[in-house]
Amino acid sequence: MDALIKNTTITYREAIKQAIREAMQKDEKVFLMGEDVGRYGGAFAVSKGLLQEFGPDRIMDVPLSESGFVGAGIGAALKGMRPIVEIMTVNFGLLAMDQVVNNAATLLHMSGGQLNVPLVIRISCGIGRQLAAQHSHSWEPLYAHIPGLKVLSAGTHEDARHMLQPALNSPDPVIIFEYTFLLNAEGEVSEDAGMVDITKAKVRRQGKDISIITYGAGVYKALEAATVLAAEGIDAEVVDLRVLRPLDNETVFDSVRKTHRALLVEEAWGAVNVSSEVCARIMENIFYELDAPVMRLGGQEVPIPYPKHLENASVPQKEDIINAIKKIMLHD
Amino acid sequence: MIEFTMPSLGADMEAGTLMEWLVKPGDHVKRGDIIATVDTQKGLIDIEVFDTGIVNALLIKVNEKVPVGTKMALIATDKEAPVPIQKQPPGVERRIRATPLAKKMAADKGIDLSTIKGTGEGGAITHVDVEKVISGKIPPEVHEEEEKTGAAENIRMAVAAAMSKSNREIPHYYLDVKVDMSKALAWLTEANKQRTVKLRLLPVVLLVKAVAKALKEVPDLNGYWENGLSEKQEINIGFVVSLRKGGVMIPAIHDADKKNVDELMTSLNDIIPRARAMKLRSSELSESTFTISSLGEGNADTVYGVIYPPQVALAGFGSITEQPWAESGMLDVRPVMNITLSADHRATDGATGSRFLMIVKKFLENPELLVQ
Repeated sequence: MDALIKNTTITYREAIKQAIREAMQKDEKVFLMGEDVGRYGGAFAVSKGLLQEFGPDRIMDVPLSESGFVGAGIGAALKGMRPIVEIMTVNFGLLAMDQVVNNAATLLHMSGGQLNVPLVIRISCGIGRQLAAQHSHSWEPLYAHIPGLKVLSAGTHEDARHMLQPALNSPDPVIIFEYTFLLNAEGEVSEDAGMVDITKAKVRRQGKDISIITYGAGVYKALEAATVLAAEGIDAEVVDLRVLRPLDNETVFDSVRKTHRALLVEEAWGAVNVSSEVCARIMENIFYELDAPVMRLGGQEVPIPYPKHLENASVPQKEDIINAIKKIMLHD
Repeated sequence: MIEFTMPSLGADMEAGTLMEWLVKPGDHVKRGDIIATVDTQKGLIDIEVFDTGIVNALLIKVNEKVPVGTKMALIATDKEAPVPIQKQPPGVERRIRATPLAKKMAADKGIDLSTIKGTGEGGAITHVDVEKVISGKIPPEVHEEEEKTGAAENIRMAVAAAMSKSNREIPHYYLDVKVDMSKALAWLTEANKQRTVKLRLLPVVLLVKAVAKALKEVPDLNGYWENGLSEKQEINIGFVVSLRKGGVMIPAIHDADKKNVDELMTSLNDIIPRARAMKLRSSELSESTFTISSLGEGNADTVYGVIYPPQVALAGFGSITEQPWAESGMLDVRPVMNITLSADHRATDGATGSRFLMIVKKFLENPELLVQ
């Protein structure tokens, strides 16, 4: 990570804060609600100082009731506001799942197209901070399963900074996953990059030998692995899916058409995850482009352990990616 | 350690292509076991082993074409401690491992994947392997099958090679004799009354039996010319089977002199259909010591055969026809067969050949002698 995330620009935390601040400055219909986002400055200090700048009507602390405040966000969105609802961590998100699935994702359908829900839900998630089994989750696949949602994953500083505005512009509910283990990490963000295209996956590194297809916590690990592999003569391409629903088939297919090999990497438990779906789509659509079986690296199917070495062992690491690619490329 | 080599399945055979190993290192084999199938001009031949022991190593890969005499396998005799077994490819998997992309590219370009050596995982053919062939960096292995234009033509070429060699090298002499077959046919009719339809004897079995017995008395004609005549102990009668699409196969009836007529009939019933299907064992193709060419009913009266080298003689039997027959000053009509002998004048002279023919004639005219 050290090689890629330079200590020059800003932290991931700061990138998120800048995105929120900019959106609120641009549009007074945008407001932030969530547990401890106001006076406490956010459980992870993402919204520190925003209460002072925008006042309690727009930086809104809420009771500890995920179902309640997500429902309130949906209501506000229905009435024309542009709420940003922060769910402190993804494990608490389960308590709001009914609101997300049965209201946010479904009302457009139930109303015969009359009711859009322009809601953005930001969820902190991920593994790697020794928060143990109940607070270390990669549940992007649970949300990516639900029609009616747009599900985004901010695996880079760039996306953390520039993904919020296009999400707010969407007329329909958008879930953005943010990664707590990245909060303190610094990375480069180009201010003039403009809005992220939240319909497309992003090729983070060009390569010709194999496509590493990943998202979220896997992106920087894949890029580091690709750097190591490049020194050994293997030219890996890194595709950041970024949009987990609806999946951007073409960027993935174009990459595999070029490299003819794919390794799918994510931290979510291995069975029935996003990689499962990507793998199936590759098989269904571009089978005859393949020069090796599509391989997956996913999380170990265990409650995530507390001890650091076991936590590390439970999700794919840079070395695992390197080894898997050598196996595919060199059969050793 | 015994070396198992690519056998010669006739004078015309120069090389064979291993199609399948039926044993693997560590397997126990005994004399007569079929251990491989080899593709030759005479079709897929089951190759037998001549020794008893434990297969130590397989030296030839599937689809490899090697000349006659090439070491194919090492066999440890029972006395020898088997050398640690090397890991060998099983050699039985015929499915081609290729990636989807490689298959598609090969199909698009009309390239036969079986001609490409795979460098991918587990020997799978990858798109890079196909690309190398397309770009001409690696020529595809010329595959024997591609050159072949059909089994019939291969047989034709094999016959041509053997017969050219024979005509070039062997100074033939020819003798013939007429034989009254009336007693033989009567004997057969009588014998068949006691047999079921399935076990019924055909005239040809008497010819084989008569020749085998005559060769016991004239051993000079039962052998090979290899810088001199070498007589053979076993009397293995090669029986010419003509193939429906042209060409002939000459499977051997082993130890024909030791078999009775029923056993000979069983042998003929076994090898003729297998010869037509080109499914013979190596010993049946390589071990005959004398050849019989029998035209059968409704065909030409006389056949003067060309000797199959390195053998030194061939007996030809025309079809049985009714002919005027003078005997004891009387004229009669008898079923008559013309029997010929083609013999190698380097090995024997006319007197020997004549003696042989007269003995055959004696047996056929006195069939009770045949079954003694």
